[in-house]
Amino acid sequence: MKDWRANKLMPGAIIPKGGTAREYKTGGWRSATPKWDEEKCKQCLICWISCPEGAVLVKDGKVRGIDMDYCKGCGICVAECPFEVIEMVGG
Amino acid sequence: MKNISKKRVVATTGNGAVAEAMKQINPDVLVAYPITPQTAIVQDFSQFVADGAVDSEYVTVESEHSSMSACIGASAAGARVMTATSSQGLALMHEMLYIAAGSRLPIIMPNVNRALSAPINIHCDHSDSMGARDTGWIQLYSENAQEAYDNTIQAVRIAENKKVLLPVMVNLDGFIISHGIEKAEFIEDRKVKSFVGERKPFLPLLDVDNPVTYGPFDGLGGYFMEHKKNQADAMERARDVILEAAEDFAKISGRKYGFFEEYLLDDAEIAIVTLNSSAGTTKHVINELRAEGLPVGLLKLRVFRPFPAKELAEALKHLKAVAVLDRALSSGFVGPLFSEVQTALFNLETRPKVINFIYGLGGRDYTLHEARKAFEELMTVAKTGKIKKTLGYLGLKEVEVLV
Repeated sequence: MKDWRANKLMPGAIIPKGGTAREYKTGGWRSATPKWDEEKCKQCLICWISCPEGAVLVKDGKVRGIDMDYCKGCGICVAECPFEVIEMVGG
Repeated sequence: MKNISKKRVVATTGNGAVAEAMKQINPDVLVAYPITPQTAIVQDFSQFVADGAVDSEYVTVESEHSSMSACIGASAAGARVMTATSSQGLALMHEMLYIAAGSRLPIIMPNVNRALSAPINIHCDHSDSMGARDTGWIQLYSENAQEAYDNTIQAVRIAENKKVLLPVMVNLDGFIISHGIEKAEFIEDRKVKSFVGERKPFLPLLDVDNPVTYGPFDGLGGYFMEHKKNQADAMERARDVILEAAEDFAKISGRKYGFFEEYLLDDAEIAIVTLNSSAGTTKHVINELRAEGLPVGLLKLRVFRPFPAKELAEALKHLKAVAVLDRALSSGFVGPLFSEVQTALFNLETRPKVINFIYGLGGRDYTLHEARKAFEELMTVAKTGKIKKTLGYLGLKEVEVLV
């Protein structure tokens, strides 16, 4: 089954390999995208705590960006940010 | 001496015959949950397990929803799996029936037809299996214990065929067949064993060296519609596989099966179309009416899904009038079998007039009297060429109705 591709139709939608959840990028569900402004960010980490998907990327205690592979565009970070550092943009 | 038959002719209930078939099939997994009138099947099977007559893993569960879930798991694991149910049990399985078929998992399930509540009733009608019409299961129907036995054995070959990979429901009438004792002929164990063979599962879950994923999400950006079309195509392919299995089965049993049985239909002018045990009563009345010189016949449908529309239309097209008997109700319109037969006939250049009778709900008797009534109405339709009433009831008591 090495030649299997995602668009090769299998009976019963069986996927001929395991651990496929890892490859499933739920960010594909997104219809609006958060835009984070690094310059204005006060690094309070409220967005990181609030994100239900754990999609706010933090390294060494600082927000570095948003993981678009898993951000579903819910906008909670925008609503929770006290400093209006994040805004929602289309797509 | 060589030609002495080793066939076993026995007196058996329908449930006993199905249980015997299951014993001979010797499935890897038998999932059991009791419900009248099916209970005797899994009860008999528990005895086979206790006696060491089978190698099956006997899984007792806490509901039919669980029993179908267990079947799905076992089938995905690669096991040959069977269960049996009736009525409310089949209804409780409903959502899992779709998952079994949609995941393309062969499962063999006798369903002993029984009415659905309310009012509470434990007796025969076909509301249960008709309610499961669109679940994606192959549906076979059996006139008597013999056919229930034969269909159960053939179901294994149909379900597990690589071109099909779909679950199969084998229907038999509750109490009338499940508990009535009649003659049946059992095939030798070794012949059944070689007929059903070993299951060769397609991508089984227990093949740990080749891990697979069952039941994945298949959303908007995916291939849900293509998978459903693929499933429908498998049901189409089941047509040939059903006939192939029947052909091979005839070699070990001497009994011939197709999509349906025609009884004195060739030279008939009017005929009844029906399912299951009512066919026997109808045949008896046909014999009587034929003796009176009346051109009457019967088409007894065996395969309801996939529906053999083309073949059925071909078999019925020469008739003047057809009565479709439905042992199930679709409140607000005609019976479910009538809908299918009418659809099958509609595009013929010339077609018989078709009327519908609801009969036998909740185990109400379908006697020689009711069969005669249906033929009498058909004779009027054939003579006048006019249908007074599309939908009628057979065996309805006269009662004063309050509201």
